[in-house]
Order: sequence, then C-alpha cells, then structure tokens
Amino acid sequence: MNHLLAIDPTMVDWARAQFALTAIYHWLFVPLTLGLAVVMGIMETLYYRTGKEFWKQTAKFWQRLFGINFAMGVATGIILEFEFGTNWSNYSYLVGDVFGAPLAIEGIVAFFMESTFVAVMFFGWNKVSKGFHLASTWLTGLGATISAWWILVANSWMQHPVGQEFNPDTMRNEMTSFLDVALSPVAVDKFVHTVLSAWVLGAVFVVGVSSWYLLKKRHEEFALKSLRIGAIFGLVSSLLIMASGHHSAYTVAQTQPMKLAAMEGLYKGGTDQSLTIFSGINPFRQPDYEQTDEPPMKLAVPYALSFLATNDIHGQVPGIRDILDGYTKVDGTVEPSLEEKIERGRCAIAAVQEYRKAKREGASEEYLNEVVTEIRENMPYFGYGYVKERAQVVPNIPVCFYAFRIMVGGGCLFILLFALSLFFLYKKNITKVRWFHWAALICIPIAYIVSESGWLVAEFGRQPWTIQDMLPTWVGVSHLGSGAVMTTFFIFLVLFTTLLAVEIGIMCKQIKKGPAVEEVRK
Amino acid sequence: MSYLFLQHYWCFVVALLAALLVFLMFVQGANSLIFSLGKTEEERRILVNATGRKWEFTFTTLVTFGGAFFASYPLFYSTSFGGAYWLWMTILFSFVLQAVSYEFQKAPKGHNIWRVLLVVNGILGPLLLGGAVATFFTGSNFIVERGTLPLMGEPEGALVVSRWANASHGLDALLNVWNLCLGLAVFFLARILGCLYIHKQVEGSLFDNHDRIIQPLWRSTWLFLGLFLAFVGHILTCEGYAVDPATGNVFMEPYKYWHNLIEMWPLLVMLLVGVVFVLWGIGWSIWNKEWKRGFWIVGFGTVVTVTVLLLLTAWNNTAYYPSTADLQSSLTMQNSSSSEFTLRTMFYVSLLIPFVLAYIVYAWSAIDKKELTLDEINHDHAY
Repeated sequence: MNHLLAIDPTMVDWARAQFALTAIYHWLFVPLTLGLAVVMGIMETLYYRTGKEFWKQTAKFWQRLFGINFAMGVATGIILEFEFGTNWSNYSYLVGDVFGAPLAIEGIVAFFMESTFVAVMFFGWNKVSKGFHLASTWLTGLGATISAWWILVANSWMQHPVGQEFNPDTMRNEMTSFLDVALSPVAVDKFVHTVLSAWVLGAVFVVGVSSWYLLKKRHEEFALKSLRIGAIFGLVSSLLIMASGHHSAYTVAQTQPMKLAAMEGLYKGGTDQSLTIFSGINPFRQPDYEQTDEPPMKLAVPYALSFLATNDIHGQVPGIRDILDGYTKVDGTVEPSLEEKIERGRCAIAAVQEYRKAKREGASEEYLNEVVTEIRENMPYFGYGYVKERAQVVPNIPVCFYAFRIMVGGGCLFILLFALSLFFLYKKNITKVRWFHWAALICIPIAYIVSESGWLVAEFGRQPWTIQDMLPTWVGVSHLGSGAVMTTFFIFLVLFTTLLAVEIGIMCKQIKKGPAVEEVRK
Repeated sequence: MSYLFLQHYWCFVVALLAALLVFLMFVQGANSLIFSLGKTEEERRILVNATGRKWEFTFTTLVTFGGAFFASYPLFYSTSFGGAYWLWMTILFSFVLQAVSYEFQKAPKGHNIWRVLLVVNGILGPLLLGGAVATFFTGSNFIVERGTLPLMGEPEGALVVSRWANASHGLDALLNVWNLCLGLAVFFLARILGCLYIHKQVEGSLFDNHDRIIQPLWRSTWLFLGLFLAFVGHILTCEGYAVDPATGNVFMEPYKYWHNLIEMWPLLVMLLVGVVFVLWGIGWSIWNKEWKRGFWIVGFGTVVTVTVLLLLTAWNNTAYYPSTADLQSSLTMQNSSSSEFTLRTMFYVSLLIPFVLAYIVYAWSAIDKKELTLDEINHDHAY
C-alpha cells in the first residue's frame, strides 16, 4: 500500500467548495426554468384556445427569457454531473452502482425530451402546427421537471440511502431495489418541495417583471395579464409548499435528526418542543452546544417543533447532545451514542478487511458467511468508523439555523406578495400602487436568496456525510492535490460570475425591449 | 439475460452513444468554420443560427454518455474522470463556453467574443474528446486498488481506490502521438460533417452558391483520411491489451485489435460499410453540388465506424481502458461494470431509447424541413 498516497485534507475542503459553488450557481438558473416553463405553457395554451396574437407574443416574451436562462442552467449542470467523477472518485466507485442509474435515466428520459422540444419551441413557430408547438412547449417544461425528479432521486439517496447493500467482494454498495431508490419518501418530499419552490420563484419573477412595466407605464395590458397569471400560480404554489414543507420537516426528523436539530439550534431536546422564531446564535461561530442547553435570546412558539417533526404537539425531538450521547425513543428503542456508532463503524471496516484477507487465504464458506454477517450488522454505521471527534458529525449550526429561517420567512413573504397582488388587481387599481411595484421588484432577488437558502439547509444540514452515515466527505474524494482543485475552483468562480453578469445584462436588455404585443396591435 | 450479455449490451450502448456524439459534433465542426467560411456578418450569423438549432443534441448526448458510463461502468467513471482531471476539465470548460455562447450573442456588445468561444469549443471539443477516446487503445497512466477502501481513515489519512500515476492528471495523453492523431482525425471529421450540414441546411444562394463549402470539405477530407488511416493502421498492427477470461489477468497480445476484427467478422463488415458510407457521402457531395443527403450518409457511416472501433476495445476479452502504469489495473467489462441487478434494471430503461430516437427524428425533421434563410433569422427567433 506504500504506493497509495494520503488524501490532502485541504483538497477535501476545495472539492466541497467547488461542488457548492457549482450547485449554487446551477440553482440560480434551474428554478426560473422550471417556474417559467409553467407560466409560458399557460400563456401559449391561452393563445391556442383563443387564437389571440396577444397571447402568442406574451408567451414568446417569457420564452425568450426562459431561453437565456436555460443555457446557463445546462452549462452549470454538466459540470455538476462530471464533478462526481473528477472530484469525488471514491464516492463514484463506492456507490456508482446505485447513484449512476438516476443520472443515466435523467439523460435518456428527461434531458433528451427537454432539448428536443426546446428547439421546436424556439424555432418551430412557423414550421409546425399550433397544437404541435403547444405540446412542445409543455413537453419542454415536462422534460425539465422529470429531469429534476431524477436528480433529486439521486440527491435524496445521498441523504437517505435505501434499496442497496454493501458487497464485500466488489467493495462497493450495490442496488437491490430500484423502486426503493426511485420512490424513496425523501425523494418524493424533496421533489415536491423543490419543484414547488421553483414555481414560486418563477411566479415572483413574473410578478416582479410585470410590476416593473407598470412602474414604467409600459405594456400595461401585457403586465396586468402576466401579473394575474403569475400571482394566481404563485399563490397556489406557495400554499402547497407550506404543506410540503411540513411533510419534509417530518421526513427530515425521521431520517436526519441531526439536520433538524442544527436547523433549530436544538442542543438538548425532549418532548413538547417549541419552534424557535429567533435567537441570538452567532452567525460566524459554531455555538457551544456541549455546555449550553439552548441558544441565547430564544423566542419560540410552544409545541410547534414537536408538531412539525412528529405531527404530535407532545412528540419527542432529539437535540444535538441527545444524538451524540444516545437516547431512548418514546417507543422504547435506543439510539446508540456516537461512541457506540464509531465502534460499530470500525467493526464494519475491520470485518471488511478480514473478509478480503480470509478470501485471499481461501477460508471456509462458513467462516466467510460469519464475517459477512458481522459486516451486515454493523454496516448502517460504516461511515462512523472514519469519525474521530464529536464535532465532526455536527453540521454548521449558524448556516442551517439562519438559512432555514430565511427560507420559511421568505415563503411567508411571498404568500403576502401574491395575496396583495390579487387584492390590488381585483379590488384596487394596481397600476397606481407604486410602492407595491417596487416591493414586487425587490422580491425578485429575495426569491433567489430564499431559494438558495433552502439548498443551504439541505446540504449543510447533512454534513459531514456525502452519503448519510455511510461515507463522510473526507473519504469520498479523488486523488488530487489541493492546488489542482483550488485552481479549477477559481476558474469556475470567475467564469460563472462573468457569465452570470452577462446573463443579467441580456435579461435586462430583453426586458427593457419588452414583448412585441404593441407592434402586433399596430 | 446473463450478466455477461448485459455487460456486452451496455458496452454497446455506451459505444453507440459515443458514436452518436462524434456524429453530432458536426455542430463543433461547423462552428470551427465561423470565421473562415463566413466572410460577411450575414454569413457568420447564419452559420451560428444553423448550428444553434442543434447544439442541445450534442450537449445532451455528451451528458447521457457520461450518465450511461457512470451507471454501467462506475469504476471507469471513478478512474478516468478523477484521474485525467485536467483533460476532462478542459473538455467540460469548452462545452460550458459553447452552451452559453448562442444566447449570449444577444449581449449588448461584443457578440464576436462569443463566436470566438464557439470556435474554441469547435476545435477543442472534437480534438480532446478524440484524444480521450484514443486512450482506450493506447492506455492511460493509472493504478486501481480496490482493497484500499477499508484502510481509509488510518492514521496517515484516507486513501483513494483509483489514482493517476503521474502528476500531469491526463495532460500526458496529449503527448502521445497516436492520441493526437485520432483527436485531429475526429476534429477534421467534425469539420466534414459541419460542411455537409451547412450544405444541406443553409439556403443555396449563400456562400457563393455553396461553392466555398467545397474547399474546406476537400481539405478536411484529405487530412481526415490521412490521420484516420494512419491511426487504424497503427492499432491493427500494434500490441493490444488482452484479457484471460479464466483468470481476468491482462496481458499484451500482438495484433490484438486485428484479431478482434477477424474473430468478430460482423464488426469487420460493419467497419467496411461505415467507411464506404463516409467516403460515398463525401465524394458524391463534392461531385454533385445539388445532392443534399451527404450529411446523413456520412453521419450514418460515422456512427457505424466509431461504434465498431469502440467495441474493438472492449469485446472479445479485451481491456477497454488499459493501464500503462500497472497492467493488472486495466479496466475490463467484467472488472469494472455495475452489478447484474443494476445492468438489468437499466436494460429495461434502455428499451425507451427507440421511442426517444423516434421523437427526436420527428422533431428534427419538422424543424429542418425547410432550408434556413436569412429572412427567417431576420424575422423569427434567432441568435
């Protein structure tokens, strides 16, 4: 083994930073693609049904913005896919048998649908029938949504690995049930919540851009009709996302209790837990969860956390220390302490080593079966075998805590935005409420911050695991020097930032240019 | 369906996707000609718009190729992408630039920058992907040690299953003359396909009634043929990486790829058919300017030829991703594939491929049924 070199620990940080950078940039573009897909689909359907040129031009306007955004989503997406191989080589080998399948299916089933019909949508207006064009527009959105499904299946599997088993002969995890992977409850929750959040962002974008036209007193008919569709679509999505958010929290409590504890800043849990509205957690430093029972200046809603996590106001929610020290659940089962998990993880690792040695030396089948049984018994804690300190398994609490509140707070703000939009549309003359136009416009960047916050909660909250309980980040990486990954990190940082700036410039130019509805009238 | 059948089947699917990718790089080939073929702003714009209606297919095929390789041969994904880091990162970087460069033509100023980036991708994409494919014959400098995993987390730190055996992380592939040879051949093939696509799709009155397209087509054809024949001649006469099916051991066998062709004679027939189609498509297009089917004929020949060449690296007990650092680390279909369960599951998913191909053909023909005209790009959605 002398020829094998140790992984540079700073390389792990750069690899994580690069993946986070790519994912954050990718998620700047994807939600707008998903959200606008529905909006432009609705508008083109109106054109198909009414035959009015107004709706055609309206749909074309939003499609133009969709197209600019789509290209950036695609460009950042390809990097994400290949980064699993380039930066996370051990990960790719260890779980490629399970994880690769959703990526392949995404390409075959969804991505081709999206890329085929997006070409018809943009270039087929005068070449295909109205019906075929309408179908292409909806199929473009459907392809993007199915694509999201498979990517989220893959992501959810990392958060809650199911439908697989470790094979000591091949030294990797192998799929045992495709349906368990594809229809995991975490995947279903994540898909619904993520797509709904994208729809909300798309709706905020439409409402914001329409308000800008009202502010500038341009294209008022276009703006009012777009605003109406955006507000109704956004309000429905926002109300649905509240329900899906509650269900997601429930699933997180069952599958990743440490993530929920970090989101809540819950150091010491129990039954009848309250939901923190605000507390004075230092945003720049990991709090002392070992010595204190709760964050300072805590303002909370009684019983709400128990209800959120268990659907019971008296339900039990473990805190960070409970999870580290081990605790007894209400049903009497005992959750082992971190020390026990580490011990069992090391047993699993030792058993794998023993299996390979015994196999090499031609040990009896009976002995090999015994070792395999030991591996299987301890495999749920395999990843803990690589953990050395308690702090390693606690996620960054300030990021999880504040990002969660930004996400939830933003979600409530958008309900208000959509409700006010409809109120002013139907009860007042919205063209004259200038403060509202400004507010709607400001909500566009807020929507992006809120949307990214959701991902920060999901991804920071599962640290240090690349795959929950199975593979910590520092074991999943490639054999690369930190300099190489750092270099590509900065190359992508400069590239993506430049491209983002150009894209915003083009979007603004297209918005200023506006739809061609007046030209049609003339 | 046996495990062995499934391994062969997925090898075929991946090879076919790679071959389709090479065909679809006509987009890159045509883009590499933006400034040399397009003399006026209108000509350059129509070139960009002609490929701009198809770039997503190339991109999607690249992504699907990656996904299918990951799902069916995860150890390759782990070894090649994690090892040949700089080579793959450069390829990805160039494709990112391509993806944005169409829509970004609408940037307030400097659309020529984005055209230059399309040219950069048009050269680097085929060249580097061709070079990467050539390593399936010439070998790469890596070591695989599966037993590493339980040793991770030992006091000295974690260890990696696959690692590159030198510090160049893939750039060394470009120092091999045969890798460069195939890379350049793929580049000129992409140009040939690009010329034929422009010839087929762009209105006849442009490019001096298409006379100017013939010149780069001729030049690319001679260069392609020279490079391709040299590469094929080399691989058919060199030692190849053979696998002992009983032990799984890899050893060098003289004329291995020639033997593969003889022992799998249908592949030899297919290779000849592919080459004939490529030559027929090019030759007839040059001979008869009115004939617009050259693109499809050469495209078909390309897909068949590339599929056969890739299958030669893997079928018939051959190591498809050989290691020059440690022969026994070489990847074979058997030692690097996913489990039988995963391959079988993916097999059922792959039955959707004909349906996907059918709607692609339908949508493609709907868009391409008329030639692209200046009038269309001036009055309809365009870049």
